[in-house]
Amino acid sequence: MSVYMPTTVDQAVALLAQNPGACLLTGGTDTMVEVNFNHLKPGTVIGLRLVSSLREYTITPQLIQIGAGVPYARMETGPLAEALPALAAAARTVGSPQIRAAGTLGGNLGTCSPAGDGLPVLAALDAVVNLRSPRGIRGVPFQDFMVGVKRNSRVSDELIESVSIAPTSGYQDYAKVGVRNAMVISVASVCLVHDRHTASVRVALGAVGPTIIRAREAEAWLATQVDASTSLPPDEAVAIEFARRVAAEARPIDDHRSTADYRRHAIQTLTRRLYLRSTK
Amino acid sequence: MKISLTVNGELRESEIEPRTLLVQYLRENLALTGTNIGCDTSSCGACSMHLNGEAVKSCTILAAQADGCNITTIEGLAKGGKMHPMQEAFMQNHGLQCGYCTPGMVMAAISLLEENANPTEDEVRVGLEGNLCRCTGYHNIIQSVLACAKGGN
Repeated sequence: MSVYMPTTVDQAVALLAQNPGACLLTGGTDTMVEVNFNHLKPGTVIGLRLVSSLREYTITPQLIQIGAGVPYARMETGPLAEALPALAAAARTVGSPQIRAAGTLGGNLGTCSPAGDGLPVLAALDAVVNLRSPRGIRGVPFQDFMVGVKRNSRVSDELIESVSIAPTSGYQDYAKVGVRNAMVISVASVCLVHDRHTASVRVALGAVGPTIIRAREAEAWLATQVDASTSLPPDEAVAIEFARRVAAEARPIDDHRSTADYRRHAIQTLTRRLYLRSTK
Repeated sequence: MKISLTVNGELRESEIEPRTLLVQYLRENLALTGTNIGCDTSSCGACSMHLNGEAVKSCTILAAQADGCNITTIEGLAKGGKMHPMQEAFMQNHGLQCGYCTPGMVMAAISLLEENANPTEDEVRVGLEGNLCRCTGYHNIIQSVLACAKGGN
């Protein structure tokens, strides 16, 4: 194994161009477990911890940009948590304090596990993933970025540099079910975003399909029932039917973590809860 | 490859195999065996140490990734033969049984108090959620951290 530690994005992109297929490493919370177990034997590792620009974020009224190397710990509180409460909620469910000090959105995006806690938030917020290569920067909407279980549309010489998110106005939250509170991989998760600007309620589901699933049919149904340009009505019947429709769009499987039936049930319950919380 | 980092206040420059984990580097190259290896999967927290002041799990970090960083291990806590207040609190409150998780617990607990100087019991439990005690001695570990926060061991 050879390890490179670039200090700028340009150096990292150049190294990646010279070593196509190199393993990009930041927190290592997922990749290094694979390496320790000999499931992954990277020939070349490009460590990104010293690239300080990847660890920065900017917040303006028009756009929030989060560097791929910003650790989850910095999303839990502070300006990012105020701007993106759903991301803060998701960040708090990741691993443990040590994992949150290391793990990053770039890592979540690179691995692209359906259970990645940051991903439903990116899907619900219609985030754009910015990929840098010698050809320049390519912005890919999240829904086109994740294409399958641990598969994404990044090509081998592209570096995940940041994500861009348009600020929303209204409630947003993330809820997750796992087998215990800490150090747990999601069994099912839901991110709900209400945006008055675009008069929309958007819902994304984690760990219940090969990719993060946007419940677009349920979102469209809800738009016929409520006016999302203002406060959402605390209507229990709407919440129940919306949750039922969202759960119907999940595509869960039975695996070692849970069953498809339980996952669908969890999605329904979490969605109903989040909808009702959004009306308070 | 060559790395250079500050470990417990001392600049260390070493020639290492690129695949070396940070915890292996500390234990095998620097003979700092106070940091234990538990699970190799960053689940148990036994290998917790401070990287630039923040607790991280050193079994899933390459030593090369810590190049240029500032590392504190359990060996770096005592000053002038006097234990760190957290170590003292663990001793006074019997916050350990077999002791295997203790270095990681102490490092995580110090990091916790740096973020939240006066935590509730629940906040201590959440703050230490990444550290497992195989003796299940959590009660006294939490009492130790609370005692340290109150300044009274």
